[in-house]
Amino acid sequence: MATRLRDTDVVIVGLGAVGGIAALPLAQAGLDVIGLEAGNWLTKRDFAPDELRNNYRGWPQSAQKANQEIPTHRATASSPPFPRLTIHPMMNAVGGTSLHYWAQSWRLNPWDFRVVSETRRRYGASRIPAGSTVEDWPFGYDELEPYYDKVEVEIGVSGAAGNINGNIDRRGNVFEGPRTRGYPMPPLRGCGFTDVMAAAARALGWHPFPGPAAINSQRYQNRSACMYHGFCNRGGCHVDAKNSTAITTIPKAQATGRLKVVTRAYVTGVDVDANGRVTGVTYLVDGVEFIQPAKVVLVAGYTYENVRLLLLSKSKPFPNGLSNNHGQVGRHYFSHNQTAGVSALFPWKTNSWYGLPAQGVAVDDWADDNFDHSDLDFIGGGNLWVYSDRRPIAAAGMSTFGRTKKSWGAEWKAFIAQNADRTNTSYLQKTTLPHEENYLDLDPVVKDPLGFPVCRITAEYKANERRLASFIQDKMEQWYRAAGAVEVLRAPVGPMGPSTHAYGGTRMGDNAETNVVDRWGFSHEAPNLGVLGASVMGTSGARNPTLTAQALAWRTADHLARNFNAIAARRT
Amino acid sequence: MSSVISRRELLKRAGLAGAAAVVPIGARHVPERSIAGDAAQSAAAREPLEHLTAAESDVLEAIVARLIPSDAIGPGAKEARAVRYIDRALGGALASSRGSYASGLAAVDQYARSSRGRAFVDLSTEDQDALLSDVEAGTATGFAGGSTAFFTLVRAHTIEGTFCDPYYGGNASFVGWDLIGYPGVRTIVSPDDQRLGADLPPNHKSAYDYDMFNKASASASHATEMARGD
Repeated sequence: MATRLRDTDVVIVGLGAVGGIAALPLAQAGLDVIGLEAGNWLTKRDFAPDELRNNYRGWPQSAQKANQEIPTHRATASSPPFPRLTIHPMMNAVGGTSLHYWAQSWRLNPWDFRVVSETRRRYGASRIPAGSTVEDWPFGYDELEPYYDKVEVEIGVSGAAGNINGNIDRRGNVFEGPRTRGYPMPPLRGCGFTDVMAAAARALGWHPFPGPAAINSQRYQNRSACMYHGFCNRGGCHVDAKNSTAITTIPKAQATGRLKVVTRAYVTGVDVDANGRVTGVTYLVDGVEFIQPAKVVLVAGYTYENVRLLLLSKSKPFPNGLSNNHGQVGRHYFSHNQTAGVSALFPWKTNSWYGLPAQGVAVDDWADDNFDHSDLDFIGGGNLWVYSDRRPIAAAGMSTFGRTKKSWGAEWKAFIAQNADRTNTSYLQKTTLPHEENYLDLDPVVKDPLGFPVCRITAEYKANERRLASFIQDKMEQWYRAAGAVEVLRAPVGPMGPSTHAYGGTRMGDNAETNVVDRWGFSHEAPNLGVLGASVMGTSGARNPTLTAQALAWRTADHLARNFNAIAARRT
Repeated sequence: MSSVISRRELLKRAGLAGAAAVVPIGARHVPERSIAGDAAQSAAAREPLEHLTAAESDVLEAIVARLIPSDAIGPGAKEARAVRYIDRALGGALASSRGSYASGLAAVDQYARSSRGRAFVDLSTEDQDALLSDVEAGTATGFAGGSTAFFTLVRAHTIEGTFCDPYYGGNASFVGWDLIGYPGVRTIVSPDDQRLGADLPPNHKSAYDYDMFNKASASASHATEMARGD
């Protein structure tokens, strides 16, 4: 028999990168908030610089809820499933994946909010790729700017502004949308190798700049500056220089006395009444069931968790899953096209043993619609990113660029001894569009240990992504060659499987026929249900999604705080 | 993160202290005379296996010694104690591979006898290399699931055992990190440390030699390094 707990104003399902943000404006507004988190608290003592554990054994993600429900994947509705992953990097803990992410904290380009109308205007409607379900966002970049700004200041983002109120500064990204002010901290420093790459980009006539990161470049809000020690990639920060909501917004929200954090809470369903009104959630702690009544529920898990929870929450008013009476939950799903990388071999040591993925140099000249696509066969673009990040096991496993006969033995050993520090692999994030054939649903066969079906991905990269990938690889090869690379290797596009950049499935938009949530992030069908995270985003842009998802979460929470009585009382 | 110190833990720590003691700080490579690995071998003789049988261990030692051989460039996987790493991990993070090692190592030896008429450990290094090439190519017979899969598994674990943090029993005397010029785990890195041409002295310390960290608690599951993207 489930224990029924005392009613609260707002329950947040998941206290990670977005739930941990939303808790703060709600608590500051005086609302009583309960945050349910499937993981535990971790501290900087838990984040040893241990490559084997972080990068090969997937600690601490591997033993957690998110990894018990790793989505299955097939390319199309008629394809067999791929082998299921054994570790997915998304993790459960207070702070969630913001504990170990790369912390690159980009704003989207204004074009990303208006892909359809801008493409029509500049190139004609025929240039929207066939089969894509892309829509303009219900608002533009300007609407989100104040929330980007709030989050940047609250969690601490380091960066170089390229456009403050229309004044262009070439030290930053000259292509970015206008900011009302600069970043709260200067950018992370460069290193010898990124300086060489920046100079090569300038020689090509491009506009290199240091990317933004939610990592302290100097002491900020009583937290240390970055130590550049080299274990940031899939590792938490040993000095709390990398923000996670566990050390920024969540403790601040707790200090108001309005946020209660419940750890090890596995939410199994969102509860509704006969009128289709959300009444709270049901969750398990170590197998013991609790019902948490709430006036408003905010679902704030990862994209796969959000979609799955809605689909599992079936009821009389919502027989196909919560907020799914229009059949849109799981639709417009896509994951970022970050595959099709490019690697290079240099004839000199790059000294990349230290640093972090966020310590790098970016080129945006070929991103979004920053260049003329008139004579090209795709829309969108890619952000080129080169960074300093190397650890010994991965270094020893490097490609030999075809220069050795075998990948073992004396010849191979001599090669890696000489070249382990002479390679670099770029990170190329490319525009990805939703497509009518790509979607999420529940797997008919595979279940988690509790017996609930896991999420199933049906998706593959389509023609626009493939053509774009090839174009961006050309640009990256050109950049590496300009910096003196002697070998360049291109990776294939590959399958569109479980991703750390997963979008859509609960898309935001004014049209209830094609979107799950409205422009404020609240359900078109169950108005006291809100959704936070990249699952509401309808386009990807060419850069990491977290800051945008956090800005949207703050905006949704702000809207809720201002209109609480109306939203809590609203009838369907 | 149990605070109970196991026998295995004590062994590991003792091994670490001993390993660190014989390598002078600042040395780029282990001195030539230790490449023969006399000290390591006698330590191995005293140290009981945790999961592999003696026969399995002998074959595996011979394999890793060909994958990353000891030569003029420096010590290899044998001296790094890659087999000790695998043996210990088979009771934990690599437990799901225990069956693959049992059947695969037996198949290597059987294939050596059927194709070359001798046990694998008794073949010349040239014949061992030729046989391992068969295993890699998938043409060696007697392997459940094909010999390539077994080769890929052993190669991945040999690299882990040669280049991992010595906390896990491999990379003994930091021979793996020295081989590729990794200057070691640091908790603070300066701008000067990151300039081109910086020649940092190797820091021969395990992550867990720093008091600021809790001990590792990797789970029983295992995967190859995950695809990029964060």
